[in-house]
Amino acid sequence: MTGFDRLIDALTLQAGYNSALVAIGAALLGLAGGGAGAFVFLRKRALVSDAISHATLPGVALAFIVMAVLGGTGRWLPGLLAGSAITAAIGLLIVEWMARRTRLSEDAAIGAVLSVFFGLGVVLLTVIQTMTSGQQAGLGSFLLGSTAGMLISEAYVIAIAGAIAAGLVFLMRRPMTLVAFDPEFATTTGVDVRRTDIAILVLALIVTVIGLKIVGLILIVALLIIPPVAARFWTDRVASLILIAAGMGAVSGYVGAAISSAFAGVPTGPVIVLIAFVLFLVSLLASPLRGALAAALRQWRFRRLVHQRQGLLALARGEAIYDRLTLSTLRRAGYMRRDGVATLAGRSAAAKALKDEARWAEAMRGEADGPVVADYDGLTPIEDVLTPDQIADLDRRLARLEVAT
Amino acid sequence: MMGAEFVQLSLTPMLIGILASIACALPGNFLLLRRQALIGDAISHVVLPGIVVAFLVTGTVTAWPMMIGAAAAAIVAVLLIEAIRRLGRIESGAAMGVVFTTLFAAGVLLLEQSDTSSVHLDVEHALYGNLESLIWFDATGWSSLFDAEALAGLPPQLARMAIVAVGLALFVLVLWKELAISTFDGVFAHSIGIRTRAVGFALVVATAIAAVAAFDAVGSIIVIAMFICPPAAARLMTDSLARQVWWSVGFATVSAILGYVLAGYGPGWFGLPHSVSAAGMIATVSGIILAVACLAAPRRHRSGQAAETV
Repeated sequence: MTGFDRLIDALTLQAGYNSALVAIGAALLGLAGGGAGAFVFLRKRALVSDAISHATLPGVALAFIVMAVLGGTGRWLPGLLAGSAITAAIGLLIVEWMARRTRLSEDAAIGAVLSVFFGLGVVLLTVIQTMTSGQQAGLGSFLLGSTAGMLISEAYVIAIAGAIAAGLVFLMRRPMTLVAFDPEFATTTGVDVRRTDIAILVLALIVTVIGLKIVGLILIVALLIIPPVAARFWTDRVASLILIAAGMGAVSGYVGAAISSAFAGVPTGPVIVLIAFVLFLVSLLASPLRGALAAALRQWRFRRLVHQRQGLLALARGEAIYDRLTLSTLRRAGYMRRDGVATLAGRSAAAKALKDEARWAEAMRGEADGPVVADYDGLTPIEDVLTPDQIADLDRRLARLEVAT
Repeated sequence: MMGAEFVQLSLTPMLIGILASIACALPGNFLLLRRQALIGDAISHVVLPGIVVAFLVTGTVTAWPMMIGAAAAAIVAVLLIEAIRRLGRIESGAAMGVVFTTLFAAGVLLLEQSDTSSVHLDVEHALYGNLESLIWFDATGWSSLFDAEALAGLPPQLARMAIVAVGLALFVLVLWKELAISTFDGVFAHSIGIRTRAVGFALVVATAIAAVAAFDAVGSIIVIAMFICPPAAARLMTDSLARQVWWSVGFATVSAILGYVLAGYGPGWFGLPHSVSAAGMIATVSGIILAVACLAAPRRHRSGQAAETV
């Protein structure tokens, strides 16, 4: 079987019960991560989740030590996840406390918590390495995630927890949307902004904890950051932002897990992150709303429009045109022949441009049309801004002026 | 503890730890005040893909290709963050998150896909470094400090780290006025002819150099911790920038010494036979110093907040 066949099998959930469960779990994880991350992103606290995720390491290690000392295997996943949740919560509270109660800013608090907790975790990991009991092998997989050799019970834990997290995002979407969109208004409607903020980060924490096994603690933050940032390119509405981010997260998780199960030696976490990044890149470039290509295209069209208008005015006034872009714009529009002489269409368009210019000048002089005139950018056709009656009126005023002079 | 064995096994790692900590803490002071503290974090994540690519290109894990690769990756990351921030009008924290996770993921994937079994290159090494292994084989005791032959056998990281630390100290000294003014009041700095953007870029480059050099010797945990914890603790001690920098150097030094001693000898005091990670312990000690500063340092409150109950 080729790698491609295996990939198709994995993508269609035909590659065995275990990897199907992992793929579904990763998809649910991505769904919850994208959804929760959207709120974190809107509150501009994307990197707080980085502190949370690094703060899980001492918890994992402590839980392992406790379980091993108590005589267990030390690798029981729910126990490890509970431990990681505790230290992650402590880390989160310390970030909040430092940013509120000391003069240090939030980014310093984030950096301090993530490096110190991670350092402590590494110290504890080296303690574990010297322990003889508890089957310590494989604990390092929490750093970068690993689905190879995952127990079916572990896959269940992740799939169920992922579903619960996705459900929580759905349940809490209303207050969180309010706070993310307009915290002052949320306060007036009786929503506790601080509590909701903490709820958002607790959701991020839940996603982090259940993502430890699949994506690993260094990269899990990507599932909370990249999908919402990518989704932001496609929409200006909060509700659709959350849906798109959740969708992108789910796709990243699912496809990433499938690729990782189809090819030996391809680690799950990094692949999921890179798939998410590809989605981000496509959004950055191709989104019609805020994408780079669309923006470049708009800019290019705008330049053409400006050059065309200036060119037509120059034609109408019989001025020579030297600018190359202006010349090529006029030729392309069929307003000018290759030898630089205006075509019939060019002459009539030029006359129209000059007339419109006079109309605009009159409209602004009269100030009769107030705010509409204030919107004048020199490029929108006058017919799109003013009514036929207003234009006719302008023309009458212009005619009177001409008679008067 | 202070005899020949100490000189051979602990002196050089400790010195390298101190130099790395100081080299990171120096630019960290300005990053902290400019609210760019996490740039150091981002840079130390992207060092991994840099060294992996350098390894794939050159096929060796010698110092210079690694450092050049890491520095190139750091510059690429900073440019990417800036591009995403501008192109997508994305808040800088999120842009940073996108870039450093992606580059780190790419680094891990490259590492797993390439054959590095012949050389010592893995993710754990990148994170924790291997401070304990930087021992001075040729030393026989304190007298070796005056023995040219033994000195030639010093780990090369010591000299590199010393050069970088001195270089960063010079950077801070020479550009002191520019750094200070553009950090506190960019508009004023601009009005008296300081090129604030150039100063900002120089600071990022200095940060990258410190991160890359320190990373080579001690791994990225210490790097991130030292960029932030000593300057943050120092910030809580004083309102004067000069004094803050001195405090941060002091805190960095204490963290490195205490962390190394606790990691190497601490477990023995509890009857445990093995030492623990020195890099992790140094980061932990710097965190404890910061925690104490948060609770008790004289300038821990924002101005005007002191009267509030804590």
